[in-house]
Amino acid sequence: MMRNLVPILTVVATLFVLWYSAAIALNAPWARDQAARAGQELGFSALVAETWSQDKPKLPAPHQVAAEIWKTTGAMVLAGRGFSKRSLFYHSWITFSATALGFVLGTALGVSLAIGIVYNRTMDMSVMPWVIASQTIPILAIAPMIIVVLNAVGISGLLPKAMISMYLSFFPVVVGMVKGLRSPGAMQVDQMRTWNASPAQTFWRLRLPSSMPYLFTSLKIGMAASLVGAIVGELPTGAVAGLGARLLAGSYYGQTIQIWSALIMAATLAAALVGIIGLVQRITLKRMGMS
Amino acid sequence: MTSDTVISARDLSLTFQTNDGPVHALKDVNLEVQKGDFVSFIGPSGCGKTTFLRVMADLEHPTDGQITVNGISPEDARKARAYGYVFQAAGLYPWRTIGGNIRLPLEIMGYAKADQDTRVQRVLELVDLAGFEKKFPWQLSGGMQQRASIARALAFDADLLLMDEPFGALDEIVRDHLNEQLLELWKRTSKTICFVTHSIPEAVYLSTKIVVMSPRPGRITDVIESPLPRDRPLDIRDTPEFLEVAHRVREGLRAGHGDAV
Repeated sequence: MMRNLVPILTVVATLFVLWYSAAIALNAPWARDQAARAGQELGFSALVAETWSQDKPKLPAPHQVAAEIWKTTGAMVLAGRGFSKRSLFYHSWITFSATALGFVLGTALGVSLAIGIVYNRTMDMSVMPWVIASQTIPILAIAPMIIVVLNAVGISGLLPKAMISMYLSFFPVVVGMVKGLRSPGAMQVDQMRTWNASPAQTFWRLRLPSSMPYLFTSLKIGMAASLVGAIVGELPTGAVAGLGARLLAGSYYGQTIQIWSALIMAATLAAALVGIIGLVQRITLKRMGMS
Repeated sequence: MTSDTVISARDLSLTFQTNDGPVHALKDVNLEVQKGDFVSFIGPSGCGKTTFLRVMADLEHPTDGQITVNGISPEDARKARAYGYVFQAAGLYPWRTIGGNIRLPLEIMGYAKADQDTRVQRVLELVDLAGFEKKFPWQLSGGMQQRASIARALAFDADLLLMDEPFGALDEIVRDHLNEQLLELWKRTSKTICFVTHSIPEAVYLSTKIVVMSPRPGRITDVIESPLPRDRPLDIRDTPEFLEVAHRVREGLRAGHGDAV
């Protein structure tokens, strides 16, 4: 435990040192400007104190971000308003619901496409180039169009955002599952043939279980991509809720502290979601004797 | 061809088309295997012994000639689940227990649950693995895994057992032990066994009939009816009769190799 802790803490400490130094460097011009206008002379320690406590710094210091996050999460929970529209929990929940729905849809789409590619020769030859092409289109360019088109047919709210998440998250699932479903060796497939097993029996008893390690790896990437999709989906649409909306509002009003706290909340959410999949993976593969 | 004929091959040929031109894996092969025979196929790599076994199992299709398994085509025989096939590697599923692995073909073939249980118990005893039903493959040694894979091929009602170098990856001592057990099993179950190997002692020790094959093109150069009795203790390998058969197999292999160079 100690042997793991020391390197981790060293890296974290280094990051903090770099972050605080960068905050001084980036925020110093503004601080000097203000001092010059007021006709004051800033000493080094006064300068440092000033750069770490501005209202709209170019780069907020970690303690400022931490304070903002606490103000919009823990403090609000203590005040009994943990789910008010100003709380980051509320915004995270909005983004999470789109992420989760998009992830489920993307996984379903990815797995079905992979089954099609593995079992159908025509799909095998034709689908993959389109799947790859779909990922070369910048999501920022296509996201507003998805929102507009779906709005035109009367679909709004959660689903358009989830569609963008799905668009990003199905890709790793297709690639991983095609590889996974094809992972049984020629011998294992021959063996099924000697028992005259039906294609469905071969799928459920051999191909699907064999693909599990690949599936979980893909799901982790898909989950992260799905979260990016949900945030991007909130950016161009004038959404009023969600981590993406917080980012956009922050950048409109130069609220860098708000941007950074939303970013860190998004990163925490991603880490938690990927961590949950990792846990399910560990338990499942251990039970299957494949870890 | 009598009603006791299990395998009957007439002028059987199989040519693979490769980028380097056609490869004659089998050329004009003729063979009859009778019910209850233990037939070994021996020869250097590329002689078509595995290909021949795979043709019997309907895993490869001959390009010329005829072959019947139990009097019907290999495809019909496969669909009737007429044979059990043991591969070179045990190929047990890591996510299934030993019992679960043996149950797999039974599930696929639709045996009733109670019947599955009794069959699993029976074949586990047959291969001396009673009590290992709940263990996972990784908890067993290589030899035990291969025994489990033989049990899996014995679990359903097939009178024919096709074995493709099942003990090839095991060490000499384990191999001797498994050979002895296999003979015991063959006597108890009265199955017909086709056994591919590249070990002369193994072929002579196990077989009632030894088929010597040679490569380019893959063909049969000699068929030896073994004079050894059906009861074979391990030390039969030191008797003059045994050495004489072994000598004839070696001669056959050398002759096949000679005209290929």
